[in-house]
Amino acid sequence: MKMVMAIFKPFKLDEVRDALTSLGIQGLTVSEVKGFGRQKGQTEIYRGAEYAVSFLPKVKIEVVIDDGLVERAVEALQKAARTDKIGDGKIFVFPIEQAIRIRTGESGTEAL
Amino acid sequence: MKRTFGSALAGLGATGLLLLPAMALAADDKPKLDTGDTAWMLTSTALVLMMTVPGLALFYGGMVRKKNVLATVMQSFAVTCLVTVLWMVITYSLAFTPGNAFIGGMGRFFLNGMGLDAVNDLAKTIPESVYMTFQMTFAIITPALITGAFAERMKFSALMWFMGLWAIVVYAPIAHWVWGGGFLGDWGVLDYAGGTVVHINAGVAGLVCALVLGKRKGYGTDNMAPHNLVLSVIGASLLWVGWFGFNAGSATAANTNAGMAMAVTQIATAAAALAWMFAEWMTRGKPSVLGIVSGAVAGLVAITPASGFVNPTGALVIGIVAGVVCFWAATSLKKMLGYDDSLDAFGVHGVGGFVGAMLTGVFAVEAIGGEGKKGLIDGNGAQVLTQLWGCLVTMAWCAVATFIILKAIDVAIGLRVTTEEEVEGLDINLHGETVH
Repeated sequence: MKMVMAIFKPFKLDEVRDALTSLGIQGLTVSEVKGFGRQKGQTEIYRGAEYAVSFLPKVKIEVVIDDGLVERAVEALQKAARTDKIGDGKIFVFPIEQAIRIRTGESGTEAL
Repeated sequence: MKRTFGSALAGLGATGLLLLPAMALAADDKPKLDTGDTAWMLTSTALVLMMTVPGLALFYGGMVRKKNVLATVMQSFAVTCLVTVLWMVITYSLAFTPGNAFIGGMGRFFLNGMGLDAVNDLAKTIPESVYMTFQMTFAIITPALITGAFAERMKFSALMWFMGLWAIVVYAPIAHWVWGGGFLGDWGVLDYAGGTVVHINAGVAGLVCALVLGKRKGYGTDNMAPHNLVLSVIGASLLWVGWFGFNAGSATAANTNAGMAMAVTQIATAAAALAWMFAEWMTRGKPSVLGIVSGAVAGLVAITPASGFVNPTGALVIGIVAGVVCFWAATSLKKMLGYDDSLDAFGVHGVGGFVGAMLTGVFAVEAIGGEGKKGLIDGNGAQVLTQLWGCLVTMAWCAVATFIILKAIDVAIGLRVTTEEEVEGLDINLHGETVH
């Protein structure tokens, strides 16, 4: 099992979700985060005082998937989240030791 | 026979009844209270109080960083309470009872003698209880405005001392000079609702405070963006609506003056808001929400001294000028001179008040203000000079007295919070509370 973590632009969330669910993936976790990479922030101006806001709002999803599905999931995710502009984000893949379904106690890939 | 005698008796009785009122008037000579005037002034009082709580509290509160919002609204609320009590005890008497050219008397110390039927000669058609409370709301908002200049760095204890002393030493005398029978009114200074007494006063005091307290830590480098401009919009809107009580209420009557004051207030405010908005749009590329509400407040400030003396056209010009000039003062002038007037008490109220007071000298017309109250466009250019004198005297007394009060408090207990408290936030450190 692997955890696929992706940080990308918030307006792409629906597209990414659809891309993953169409592969049979049944759940994921979403967080609203702030961050910066090479994309510079916006400048806010209040009564003449300028503030460069370097943290941009992003969305982070974490989804644990069966090894066999990871490559296709990453490919689908990248395709869905991409805008070809700086600030599109990144995908990370982590190994997962164990997964358990709380309601039934199932473990391993059956818990996914 | 009986019938004739009966009707004669009835006739006599009727005549007697008719004579009774005349005899009663001659007997106690009471001034006639006007219920319309009184009703309007009761309403105006409520409107002006609303301008401070919650109008100003929210306007300022939204503009500071989240860690300081409670401390900021606390300042407006606490000042309201403190000034109320001081007004009752002594400052109403010092401002609005006969004394000499510089200060009133102690006739209304503890509101002594202000019974149910009392009337202040300055507003003969309403009860003194109403007049006193109405004027109190002006005495409240003036020091509350100053808090904008030193937002996010003043100790609460120092604030209370400062406000108490300022109310007595600065506000009461100046109110007396302009409105209470003092020398500025005698000189012919035209200030309908407080361009000098309230706005120049608060603005200049604010500037002095900003200079004496110094800049906030991180000013110019840290992100000090407003944490919730929606609060500021609500506050500005309450200020706008409440200002009808401020300006139209300064007629102290429900009459044509009040009506025209309300009309010109509305016109100047909208014009100033648009002027600031367009000025910002053109120079910085985007019309901001903070800009349009600040423009509206600038217009409200500028029309304040003029509201009983100018016609709609004058109001339109005053609004446009105030919008542009205050935009420049709050953005460029502040940056140029480098002082940290956190919420532009000087840029909007000081400068706006001065612009309004001077333009009153230009646009005042007898047709609106009454006999002898006219400015440049009505053939009396000397009024401009009179206005200037009024402004300069106000600024001088205010600046010097404010400086002395601040220095005294600084020596005694210190004015500013520690750096650690300032960085962590005033809410948690001064008041033990947060808004998370």
